[in-house]
Amino acid sequence: MTDHKTIEAIENEIVEEFSLFDSWEEKYEYIIDLGKKLNAIEDKYKIDQNRVRGCQSTVYLVADFNDGKVFFRAESDALIVKGLISMLIRVLSGHTPNEIAEAKLEFIAEIGMFTHLAQTRSNGLLAMIKQMKNYAIGYKIKSETSLIKS
Amino acid sequence: MIESATIQKSMDVNAIRLQFPILKRRVKGKPLVYFDNAATTQKPQVVIDAITNYYTNYNANIHRGIHTLAEEATLAFENTRDAVQQFINAESREQIIFTRGTTDGINLVAYTWGRQNIKAGDEIIISTMEHHSNIVPWQLLCEEKGAILKIIPITIKGELLIDKYENLLSSKTKLVSIVHVSNALGTVNPLKQIINTAHKTGAVVLIDGAQSTVHLDIDVQEMDCDFFVFSAHKLYGPTGVGVLYGRKQLLETMPPFIGGGEMIKEVSFEKTTYNDLPYKYEAGTPNIADVIAFKSALDFIDQTGKGNIRNHENEILEYATSQLEQIDGLQIIGKAKEKISVLSFIIEKLHPQDVGILLDTAGIAVRTGHHCAQPLMHRLGIPGTIRASFAMYNTKEEIDILITGLHKAIKMLS
Repeated sequence: MTDHKTIEAIENEIVEEFSLFDSWEEKYEYIIDLGKKLNAIEDKYKIDQNRVRGCQSTVYLVADFNDGKVFFRAESDALIVKGLISMLIRVLSGHTPNEIAEAKLEFIAEIGMFTHLAQTRSNGLLAMIKQMKNYAIGYKIKSETSLIKS
Repeated sequence: MIESATIQKSMDVNAIRLQFPILKRRVKGKPLVYFDNAATTQKPQVVIDAITNYYTNYNANIHRGIHTLAEEATLAFENTRDAVQQFINAESREQIIFTRGTTDGINLVAYTWGRQNIKAGDEIIISTMEHHSNIVPWQLLCEEKGAILKIIPITIKGELLIDKYENLLSSKTKLVSIVHVSNALGTVNPLKQIINTAHKTGAVVLIDGAQSTVHLDIDVQEMDCDFFVFSAHKLYGPTGVGVLYGRKQLLETMPPFIGGGEMIKEVSFEKTTYNDLPYKYEAGTPNIADVIAFKSALDFIDQTGKGNIRNHENEILEYATSQLEQIDGLQIIGKAKEKISVLSFIIEKLHPQDVGILLDTAGIAVRTGHHCAQPLMHRLGIPGTIRASFAMYNTKEEIDILITGLHKAIKMLS
């Protein structure tokens, strides 16, 4: 169960998986496959409020807060972006707001393929990470204020 | 002027490629195939050398200095102005104003001529296929002045509806600002007709030549436009340099844009008088190195021969079009009769971004997305395209690599 693993442990798993690939093609094949497998979200969530402003593809991101942990669901019209979100969800979903907010996400640089992409606006990777962290921080503040109130 | 004897009769693309050092690069382990020339072209060695030579041998601030380096730098800088004047056949060198690029040139006109001449209720005409940089400056101006922006519609093929344009023209029309060649579709617009009819109603015409100047012969006098703007970096020259050509009478009566050094004649705290053209619009230390190197790019184009380049690019475009059309589910966007150098397309069920990322793994650089022309994409009912755009150094072999790359991408994404 991923629930028991730390964010860092999951990141390390991904880095290990990517070390098996020799070519760009294999890496992208893997990511595309993740994209194809990512569960669709219901249409009612595909609203402007849930939209991540990337440059080229449309991404919807929903976060739920259960039992002190944040759970993400997302979808995109572009497959590679979908694969990227799938990886981010695998790493971040099911963790506490604090853990998510503080995650360094070094696996992105370590798997060697998004260092360049992360700096461009085009794939929206940075925007997705930012929005996931914003959700986490939002839930953190919410849970803290509700604690104070109760 | 380049002697006609030095102009090559035909073009040897392999010899041309040797002049561009970047083309030796490998990307993701594959030889670079650069098809993003509408965004910016690569630079020949002579342009790179001109920049290095300036900083190595005669770096100095221009116009004011009396020492040797300043004189050499000033001369080289002003030589580019002469070269540009000849390149677009302007009446005089004073009408060539150096800017930072096309966007900068359009904004200069919007903030000077526009603020002086546009009033509430006036109308400005642009087209559906404009780049954002020929939309937003006019929107800002219209908002500020209470003027109205009118849009020329296009056909699904990507051609302007000229009769609709003529219906939009009236005595209220103060400006028509039109792209010469669409960056997203490659459409060449019928400027003569557009300009003639605009002038009959007394409107001023600005032409966005960002995409056209590198491919077509530009003669601003024959074209009879009032303003013409373009960027050096799309003509094998450096980034950060652009040109604004303007009708002399307009440039003389327009107010200055940026205030500072160089653009003044005399300054006192009571009153400042402005410098003559073109310096009135060139405040501050300009981009000296890149302006100087721009001349090397223009010489390079002249020596290769614009006609030769155009023939070669047309051949590439034709070949690419015929090859792409054979791919199942591929649709070419932009089928204007008059079209150059840009090939936009979409593939059924595939997101352009996915295709672009996978082509990059094959060393192929294309542009994907809305190409800064969102209203155009909206009109065509698509979120964006994949765009391959060609330059003098592209080859048919590279088109074959693109076709192979596309087949592979389609297989991976389906």
